[in-house]
Amino acid sequence: MKITFPRMGTSWIGLKALFEGLGHETVLPPPPSKHTLDLGTKYAPEFACLPFKVLLGSYLEALEMGADTIVSSGGVGPCRAGYYTQLQKRILREQLSYDVRVITFEPLNRNWRGTYLILKDLVEVGFGDFLGALWLTWQKLLALDALEKESHRIRPLERHIGTTSRVVKDAFADIDAAQSVDEVRARTAVRLEELRAIPQDLAREPLRVGVIGEIYVVLEPFVNQDVVETLGHMGVYVHRSIFLTDWTKDNAILDAFRIPGEMNIKRAAQPYLPEMVGGHGQNSIGETILYAKRGFDGVVQLAPFTCIPEIVAKSIIPKVSEDYNLPVLTLMLDEQTGKAGVSTRLEAFVDLLTMRRQRLRGETA
Amino acid sequence: MKAYLGVDVGSVSTNFVLMDETGHVLESLYIRTMGQPIQAIQDGLKKLGQGLPPSLRILGAGTTGSARQLSGVIIGADIVKNEITAHAVAALHCIPDVQTVMEIGGQDSKLIVIRDGIVVDFAMNTVCSAGTGSFLDQQAGRLGIPIEEFGALALKSKHPVRIAGRCSVFAESDMIHKQQMGHSTSDIVAGLCDALVRNYLNNVGKGKSIAAPVIFQGGVAANLGIRNAFEKELQLPITVPEHFDVMGALGMAILAKEAVARSGKTSFRGFAASELEFTSTSFECSGCANRCEIVEIKQSKAILARWGDRCRKWQDATTSSEVVAG
Repeated sequence: MKITFPRMGTSWIGLKALFEGLGHETVLPPPPSKHTLDLGTKYAPEFACLPFKVLLGSYLEALEMGADTIVSSGGVGPCRAGYYTQLQKRILREQLSYDVRVITFEPLNRNWRGTYLILKDLVEVGFGDFLGALWLTWQKLLALDALEKESHRIRPLERHIGTTSRVVKDAFADIDAAQSVDEVRARTAVRLEELRAIPQDLAREPLRVGVIGEIYVVLEPFVNQDVVETLGHMGVYVHRSIFLTDWTKDNAILDAFRIPGEMNIKRAAQPYLPEMVGGHGQNSIGETILYAKRGFDGVVQLAPFTCIPEIVAKSIIPKVSEDYNLPVLTLMLDEQTGKAGVSTRLEAFVDLLTMRRQRLRGETA
Repeated sequence: MKAYLGVDVGSVSTNFVLMDETGHVLESLYIRTMGQPIQAIQDGLKKLGQGLPPSLRILGAGTTGSARQLSGVIIGADIVKNEITAHAVAALHCIPDVQTVMEIGGQDSKLIVIRDGIVVDFAMNTVCSAGTGSFLDQQAGRLGIPIEEFGALALKSKHPVRIAGRCSVFAESDMIHKQQMGHSTSDIVAGLCDALVRNYLNNVGKGKSIAAPVIFQGGVAANLGIRNAFEKELQLPITVPEHFDVMGALGMAILAKEAVARSGKTSFRGFAASELEFTSTSFECSGCANRCEIVEIKQSKAILARWGDRCRKWQDATTSSEVVAG
């Protein structure tokens, strides 16, 4: 099988290692671009959200590059994304006549047997090698998250704007090329050192901003107009609420054994939103509150335009923002979103936070 | 005499303000951008420079608006800021205890919430520009009313008709329908003002607390009909400042003064910048899959600035040969 899979942030490095470890050739679509979006928008229903369009575009690019199988994930709950793979499959197979297999992983606890059947079909190596591939994938994902977190910490301090982004990009390529767990660990250590060695101005006190919202737009820089990097270059420390390894632990592994994850976030959201509204709606409320409690200066909410869970969260956030005295900027993203509009809002938000901090400090001094 | 220059280059208009050291506006200029920002900036500089006494010295300059980066390079700005901050600064300058700033320009509308002299929240229109200046212009043109008389006509209405203001295209169809039903032009115009105000408050103002003093600025603030509709809907008095149409530029003149006070010198090129030859070109970088569109600003042969690249390799290099694509 020539397998392709959705791109979301750096996760492709882990997924590539996984499918290669299972004995397949992988077809990596190029990073999402205007071309990807043009393709996706052309064949997607107009009111589908941005992630749907970008993924569909990526699949089309990968199919043109020779992929014959798409592996994606399903989902549960009121968020439409759980059904997206089904719809994409029909668009690709029926409307565009691609002879493509689409394999969807549904949440484990609801579908142990289905998952077993998929794996039986997908794994072309022995059981030991299968476990080895899983382990290597997990180690790569951990390494990527560790490197990315460190880059978020260092970027607002760098003396020469852009250095951190360059170093971390090379580091990702290095992790991609690593062949064994030992190699992953060794390279991670070297690259972390390299990040820490970037000339920094330690006298700066960066504003601290939490980024919350729907997982795909939070993790994929192309669709969020590089929010994390842009803020970093403005001298802001960005704490991203979602990292793939944490998310996998809380939502895939614990959930498989019916143990609810992220209880602290859900408990925090309780007074405002006791319901699971699908997607990351409840998390967005809970995380905003946790950021307020941790003394962050502000929060940026990222949401695909028409995303129902995030719209629910957005309408509750003004109350949370008022109660906890924490500024929140919501950015609704779709294919019409221009980079200029996003950076104007981010700049204004950073101005707001800067003046607010000066005022708060002035009052306590 | 000494002054500070503020420039606001937006989608529809390019505005200039010359402010003296005490914060008074000496000169202001409002010209149409007509899709040619460099031309508009240079024309404006020329016009502004001609009427000034030779003894006048510009101590600092600042730019804002969607073309703030470009105009910053051309005039040699000491500070380049987003429109929201610029408008808030100007509003605070006019009304120090202002709590709400409503700004409606050519294609943008904003709401800025200020408490105790600092911005605490803001919103901009995102997916829709219904209700902004361009649409009003277009509808006034269609009805054959000069835009300057549009507001006064709305005030004559006794029974404004209800127009669907959710979307400018549908608003137009609805207006045509109401005309064909036989409603008077003044009732339709007043209905349109109400609809646009509703649309603004529902979109931009959603979830924001609007408290007095309220200041209304931007080109659309000239429209008495819209002003009146806002007061009716909000049940609050609304102040339109004297220089409502150039507030962004005024804000930048104020910020330029602050910036120069910090740095001690200005990088303003002088009014002679209107004579220099600036060219802007763009190309797609093929260095990686991002395919960024790079904009390059040149003054005769020298590269002044480049932007648009995510990796910043073009921004950092001043000559083409420093960048090896690939």
